[in-house]
Amino acid sequence: MSTEVLHRIQFGLTASFHFLFPPMSLGLGLILIILGIKSVRTEDPKWRRLSLFWVRIYGLIFAMGIATGIVQEFEFGTNWAEYSRFVGNVFGSLLAAEGIFAFMLEGGFLGLMLFGGTRLGNKLWLFATTMVVGGATFSAVWIVMANSWMQSPAGYEIRDEGNGPQAFMTSFWDVMFTPTFIPRILHVLAASWMVGAALVMSVGAWYLLKKQHTDLARTMIRVALPIFAVMAALQVFVFGANQAVAVTENQPEKLAAMEGLYETTDCAPMYIVGWSDPGDRTTSGLSVPCLLSFLATQDFQGQVDGLESYPQDDWAPVNLVFQVYHLMIDLGMLFLLISVVAVAMWIWKRKVFEKRWLLWVLVSTIVLTQLATQAGWWTAEFGRQPWVVWQELRTDGAESPLVSTPQVVFSIAMFVVLYALLLGIFLWLMDRKIKAGPPEEEDMEDADSLPDSFSEVFRRRSRVSGP
Amino acid sequence: MWLNTTWFVLYVVIITGYVILDGFDLGVGMLSPILAKDDRDHRILLNSIGPIWDGNEVWLVLAGGALFAAFPFVYASLFSGFYTAMMLVLLVLILRTVAIEFRSKSDSRRWRTTWDWFFFGSSLGIALLLGVALGNVVRGVDLDSDGNIAVDLVELLNPYSLLVGVTGVVMLALHGAFFLTQKTEGEMLGRVRRLIPVLGATFFALGTATVASTLALDTMVVDNFRDRPWTVMFPLLALASTLIAWRLVENRAYLSGFMASAFTIAALMASVAAGLYPTMLPSSISSANDLTIHNAAAAQNTLTVMFVIALIGMPFVLLYTVGIYYFFRGKVVVDDEGY
Repeated sequence: MSTEVLHRIQFGLTASFHFLFPPMSLGLGLILIILGIKSVRTEDPKWRRLSLFWVRIYGLIFAMGIATGIVQEFEFGTNWAEYSRFVGNVFGSLLAAEGIFAFMLEGGFLGLMLFGGTRLGNKLWLFATTMVVGGATFSAVWIVMANSWMQSPAGYEIRDEGNGPQAFMTSFWDVMFTPTFIPRILHVLAASWMVGAALVMSVGAWYLLKKQHTDLARTMIRVALPIFAVMAALQVFVFGANQAVAVTENQPEKLAAMEGLYETTDCAPMYIVGWSDPGDRTTSGLSVPCLLSFLATQDFQGQVDGLESYPQDDWAPVNLVFQVYHLMIDLGMLFLLISVVAVAMWIWKRKVFEKRWLLWVLVSTIVLTQLATQAGWWTAEFGRQPWVVWQELRTDGAESPLVSTPQVVFSIAMFVVLYALLLGIFLWLMDRKIKAGPPEEEDMEDADSLPDSFSEVFRRRSRVSGP
Repeated sequence: MWLNTTWFVLYVVIITGYVILDGFDLGVGMLSPILAKDDRDHRILLNSIGPIWDGNEVWLVLAGGALFAAFPFVYASLFSGFYTAMMLVLLVLILRTVAIEFRSKSDSRRWRTTWDWFFFGSSLGIALLLGVALGNVVRGVDLDSDGNIAVDLVELLNPYSLLVGVTGVVMLALHGAFFLTQKTEGEMLGRVRRLIPVLGATFFALGTATVASTLALDTMVVDNFRDRPWTVMFPLLALASTLIAWRLVENRAYLSGFMASAFTIAALMASVAAGLYPTMLPSSISSANDLTIHNAAAAQNTLTVMFVIALIGMPFVLLYTVGIYYFFRGKVVVDDEGY
């Protein structure tokens, strides 16, 4: 195996593992804001109880996200030195902007947010939460900007000023807002909110199955299910559809690989399941006629370019992209179905809280949404191959020239062991927190006795207590 | 070209910010086996850094991003050249996060003791690895004409760099002790105060040895100090502020003592920067291969955009850093919340 492939395995492994956590914290963050608003607006202490419960889980997820996120920032330099040199003028500024604007906001207010339950009143706690979640969302925006630039680069020119060919920025605005950025960020944020909602929903459903904390569990589902259902519909009909158009316009050969389309076709079908063999250039399976043409061109008879219009050197690994893409699509359709059924059962005499089979389905959504976001990310990244910067720089050759195979084997082994350990501990702790359940009302501090504005916080002499 | 110098200075400021801020919480970790006698002591130490260590570590992320953006060639050469060392940095960074976050999640004695040792080891590991890396940068590395570094981990662990690494470890342990004087009371404060003269003397001895070895190696840094004699004020300021910090703690002016310790670190980082400028990564093969603020920088328009971003962002960063420290001021009291 060439060292380049090992670099790709390592980056893919570490990025995928990292990507388990940010969608959960983005989505759970949104729900924490909703809980905070409810706490401020109503006198009911159940909202603060729910916030206290979920903020502890948020803290755990956030810590995992930070710990695994720094790895990627190092790896551009350690594993992809040639890439870093090529894109430094463009890509580095997006990462640095993320650091200054977004990450600092999160890091700065995280302490306030996590410890706010015992030290802050409702309004101030909501403020801290909003700052952290805003920072995390802003962070996602910059990272997706950077990724979109790799997919559909814009606002640059390639020149050689003595250091080899390099991308030079011609317009920072165009670098930030590349043609695929807006569709991609909407798709990623909606997906993240779904993952967060699925987490809350599955824990609520679990409590109902176990007949514990039933009152709070119903509230969890009442808050999370509408978010999940609305986002599931938006993903299929709006954001997902926009993505298809963006890929068609900017990366047509990626679209062809996603659907295993070899010949340029009118009325191109869209598969539900299938198998694509780039060797004999055939794709077979269950398909909906003309749907791909409609998604790509908004016309059932529209022409879609097949892979054969492009040099085979520039093809992505077709069947791999096909499979992960269809995994995402099929799960997306399944989420729509789950949403329709669950909402219908809710309207129909609140049956959603009673039917055990449906509760089990809701419990499973956290696993399924995680799988879907992973599959979506893999589609984006495998589909970009063999380019690291679309049609400008090949992945093969972008790696660090002098890093040896044994060095990368060592680091892959290190990450496998470390991440297995991390995942094990993470799941164990999640399990404990969920089993422990929300705090009892009498154990909570009286929110009215806590400072609830900045002037109050700073006027009050230090309570001589750490968190 | 003023932008290149500006970014060099900004970069030194960010790194210094990192060393000062994350430095004291690394120091607390390194001192924990000496200072903590029981579980309650460990919790006092962890909670002293509880709400802020995460924000401190973000400065390292910022340093990585800023290096990538402003000096992509240094970023690419340094990170790929120090590959295995950087992977070990990642390992200890992650283990440290895990140790801090997970320790309090179970009451089992074995669980807690295990994570206490991880917290100590990873804090020490980060400080040592980053110190050794800095030592190698000052000493010069095998940087070829393509900007790649051929060096393995064993070569990075040369005596000079190890000396710089150990000096850094003691410096941060001392800095952590100064931090703890503000956060602890009673018996624990007594232990911290007794430790400060010992650490201070060790730091002075190692610092002197580092300066002597640097002079003996006669690297580019020494030439730069000879050419710009006024820059000698930085190491002298560092020495003076260490002594002042010590005196302040003797007089129970703990916050001022900690500030003086932070100033020591700033002065030492300024010394290194002054010794290197305008080079960022000296080559031990040929000075023609040196990566400098000119040949390793991003294009002028990128530096301009980044400068505007920094001008907008940095005041906010400083504002809420100060705000959060103010909010969590005072001595630590261990209660049900926290670690």
